[in-house]
This record gives sequence, structure tokens and C-alpha cells, in this order.
Amino acid sequence: MTTSLLIVQILNGLQFGILLFLVAAGLTLVFGVMDFINLAHGVQYMLGAYLAVTFVGLTGSFVLGLALALAAALLIGLALEFLVFRHLYERDHLDQVLATFGLILLLNQGVKMVWGAAPLSVPVPAFLSGSVPLMDGILYPTYRFALIGAGLAVGALLWFIVEKTRTGMLLRAGASNPSMVSALGVDIRKLFMIVFAFGTMLAGFAGAMAAPILSVEPGMGDTVLILAFVVIVVGGIGSIRGAFVGALIVGLVDTLGRSFMNDLLRLFMSAPSARATGAALSSMLIYLVMAMVLFVRPEGLLPAKGRS
Amino acid sequence: MSALPVPADAALPAAPPRRRPVIVLVLFLLLALLPVAVSVGLPAHWLTLTTRALIFAIAALSLDLILGVGGLVSFGHAAFIGIGAYVTGIMITEGRGEALLILPAILLLCAIFAAITGAVSLRTRGVAFIMITLAFGQMAFFLTQALSGYGGDDGLTLYERSTVAGYDLFGSRTRLYYAVLVALAGCYILVRTLVASRFGRVLRAARENATRVTVTGYDVGRIRLIAYVISGMIAGLSGFFLANQTEFVSPAFVSWQRSGELIFMVVLGGVGSLHGAIIGALVFLFAEDVLSGWTEHWKVIFGPLIVLFVLFTRGGLVGLLGKLGVARRD
Repeated sequence: MTTSLLIVQILNGLQFGILLFLVAAGLTLVFGVMDFINLAHGVQYMLGAYLAVTFVGLTGSFVLGLALALAAALLIGLALEFLVFRHLYERDHLDQVLATFGLILLLNQGVKMVWGAAPLSVPVPAFLSGSVPLMDGILYPTYRFALIGAGLAVGALLWFIVEKTRTGMLLRAGASNPSMVSALGVDIRKLFMIVFAFGTMLAGFAGAMAAPILSVEPGMGDTVLILAFVVIVVGGIGSIRGAFVGALIVGLVDTLGRSFMNDLLRLFMSAPSARATGAALSSMLIYLVMAMVLFVRPEGLLPAKGRS
Repeated sequence: MSALPVPADAALPAAPPRRRPVIVLVLFLLLALLPVAVSVGLPAHWLTLTTRALIFAIAALSLDLILGVGGLVSFGHAAFIGIGAYVTGIMITEGRGEALLILPAILLLCAIFAAITGAVSLRTRGVAFIMITLAFGQMAFFLTQALSGYGGDDGLTLYERSTVAGYDLFGSRTRLYYAVLVALAGCYILVRTLVASRFGRVLRAARENATRVTVTGYDVGRIRLIAYVISGMIAGLSGFFLANQTEFVSPAFVSWQRSGELIFMVVLGGVGSLHGAIIGALVFLFAEDVLSGWTEHWKVIFGPLIVLFVLFTRGGLVGLLGKLGVARRD
């Protein structure tokens, strides 16, 4: 294990963590404000990626394609809110889980029908296609840096909106006591819709940004959804700060575990058994981390204020 | 809130309707007669399909114990089916196909896995519990994928079935069917007895109001954990039968969609009614069979059906039967 490899893998882990943060932020926001558990959040991420494939292909421009994909993802999200989610806010979590599970089946298969089952990809945009030299001999792709930067920018924007604007204030109030906010004359339905639209945009944005570096395929949202759950549980449900910290932990632990677990086990195991154990252990690592965090702090690392 | 002392049962959910045993008896009688019906002309495919449905009914029944009765929405129940199936598959591959060896191993492993994951996940409630059980389910999924010596990603094909005390009990379709049916009946009686016992009452009461139960002097966490362990062990049993029926074991058995489908079976039948889980599993698998016969994109139809079912029905099929006056509702 060399220092340069370590640096590259840490950057990879950061980039993966940022991606997870974008998905988890929307999920935790929707859950925190509306007490709504949306399993379909993962397929919204997937739709973002597929829409990016289509629109980037149509327009030939990454930026324009991204903007169109975001708009389309938002429209689909709003349509789903109007048709399904709206009727589930008052229901218990079991109903929400089941109905959104049904949507996952529909959308995963629907995507397969429209775009085919084969993995697709989006070319890395020309202006971000190069590499940045880190130190002598080590290059890191510019696009991945751009992704980290975009994620951090969205995180900062999110922090600004939630902490510094009137909408954000209503949002925080809605998260701790929705009926009180409603009684004070705020249109809670409208607030819910804004939050939901925002969450959908975040998931769609994450999907579209991931499209050039991951293969776009049906079911890609499911993996991310479950990782986002781990992130939220580790960070503390309903808390954006928690989602950020949790996402970085999960991203780093997962990436570093996958690349170095083998070498680590080789120190005190034979090569074949290290490989076998390493594969099993590294894919289970984040769940073990989650279990440990929960054992010490059942509310997560940075639980949202005002929730019980 | 009345401050008057109330009889112990008053705060608990309504007692099971009196006519439920009749429905259950009819259900099991019909199931017991199915091989006869197949021998006089019903499609033979039905027997295989029903066997599979009854295997999932065992798992759905075990889920109903914690989800319906205990109010704990576990989204990782497929992990236990996976443990059962993989222990069976691995032991058969290693030439230890005797069920009297396999079953204790499954029950023990499931109990250990349930005790550990349950101890962690039961520290949380509500949505966090759903997410954590889902994550543990995924952990089991990745573990099965990493078993490269036993098929890894591709799954493990079995070349023989388990024997029971040296006897080839699962050799014919009819014998396998009756074995599964008897196991299901046994599990049903066990779970029903549990639910009717003091343990079951406390579990049910904790679903309604955990604080009050704690104040009454019961250790809610321990009771939930015991229920979780029992439920996991029963689900492991269904994994044993599943491996024996399909003669194949793969990580797909442990996928989180499987856990979601199990939840749907329970809700489809009617949460907490126990026999509803059996009906739910039967309806689910037959619906899946019919739809996938129409089109390979059957999930495009099935998904919206789930959504519509959640939006427009309450109380599942058992509740629907009740509304039609077949069972008494109170």
C-alpha cells in the first residue's frame, strides 16, 4: 500500500460520500419534515441518470442535458407526489413502505422497457475530461473533482436555505411540530410539496452527475437507496448535518475497506483466504460500522433537534 | 383516560373473532385435498406452485408475528430464509444432507443472527428500525454473494434433496407438499398459541403502548427480542424447504425485494391475523404466476397493483372477507 494509492482512494471515498450525501439529504429532508419514508427516492436517482443519458444524447451538451434532466426529474417527482405520495402522508410507515416499494417495482421495470436492460453511459463533458496532477506521477480525473465541488456547493446551498432563509425556518419548524406550523397559518401542503420537489431534484441531480462515472442500469437506485439509509441512520434521522457526516463516513469506509481490506488481512492470513474473507468483510464493513454506531448512540451521531 | 382499574384484556386489541377457526380449518382442509384434486385433473403445475406458496407462507407467518402482532416492521426478513437455504445447500453439498442435522444447525444460526441483529436494531423504533433491518438484510445478501466456494454470485445448484432420518421424504412432489403443509400447520399452531399466551398479549400490548407495558413491569425490549428470535427461526425453516424444493440456492433469495414481497404478503392477507399471512402468500404467488405468464414485464402491472392496494384497501383480504360477512368483525 503506497501513499499515492491511499490519496487516490481517499479522494474516491470522498467523491462517493458526496454522491451519497446528495441522495441522503433529500431522503432525510423529506423524512424529517413530512415523517414520510420514501423508498422510491432511489429510483428517482436512477431516473435522473437515465434522463441525463437521453438529454445529453439529444442536445449534445452536458450542461444543457443536465438542466433538462433535472427539469424532467422534477416533473416526474411532482406527478408522483400528486398521484401517490400525497395520499400517504397521513398513513403509517408500513403503508408508505409498501406503496413506495410498489413504485420501485414499476419504475425499475419501466426503465427496462423504455431504455433496455443493458447498461448505458454518458460521456464525460469535454471541458472536464482531463486529469489533474496531484503530485509527481499521480493523476486524478477532473470530472471527479468537479463532482466533489458540485456536491460541496449543493451542501453549502442547502445549509444556507435551511438555516438562513424564511423557507428554511418554516422547514425546521415543520420538522419539529407540523400541526403547530399549520395552526399558525402556514400552508403545510405547499411546504410539503416544496420540500418534496427539492428532495427529488437532489436525487435527480445526484443521478445525473453520477451518470458519466457509473454505468446507468436498472436497479442502480436500489443500492444507493440502501446506502443512503445507512447514511441517515448513522448520521441521525432528519438531520442534514448528520447526513453529511454519515455520508462521508460511509463513503470513505466503504471505498477504503474495499481497496485495503485484502492487504490488511494478508498480514496475518494466507493469500486465498485473505481474498475470500476480504471480499466478504469489505462489503459488510459499513453495516458493521452502522451497528457499532447504533449500539453506542441509537439516535445516530448528530440527531436533529426537537425530535424525540 | 379513565383512572379506574380496567380488566387486563380491555386495553388490548379485540379478541380474535370467534369464527376464525372455521376459516382456518377450511383453508387447511382445501390445501390437504389439493394433491387429490391434482390427481384427478387439476394442472400438476398447481401442486409445485402451491408448495412454493406454502413455503413462503411459513416465512410470511413468522413475519406476521413481529410485524402484525408486535408492530415491528422488519425489512430484512429474507435474511433468515437465506440462512436456512444456504445452510441446507452447503450441508447437502458437503454430503451432510440429513434434515435432522440440518434443521438444528439452521435454527441455531438463525437464533444467533436474530439475537445479534435484533439486539442492535431493537434499540431503535419506527423508521430507523425499518432501515436497520433492511441494512442487516443487505449484509446477509453480500455475505452470500461472497461465498465463492458455494456458488458466489451465480448461486449453488443442489444435486440431491435432504433425507429425513435416512428416508427420502422429499423425493416425490406429493410427499414434499405434505411435508411443507404439515410444517406450516405446526408453525401456525405454534404462533397462534404464542399470540394467545401471556407473552403474546404483552407483545400486542407493547405495540399499542410500550410505555404503559413497561410501567406494568414487563421488559418490553426482551419480549420483542424473543419474538424476533422465534420469528427468525421459523423463517429459517422456510429457507430449508425452499432450498429442497428448488434444488438451488442463490443470493436472490436474500435480496431486499424478497423482504419487501414478504411484507406485501402479510399486508395483502391482513396484518396480525396470522391466517391472513397464509392467504396473502397464496394469492401473491398465484398472482405472480399469472402475471408473469402474460408478460415478462409483469412488474409494471404488479407494482401499481401494490400501490392501489395500499391506497384503497384497509385490513387486507381477511378484512375484506370480514366486510362481506364471512367473518365477524368487531
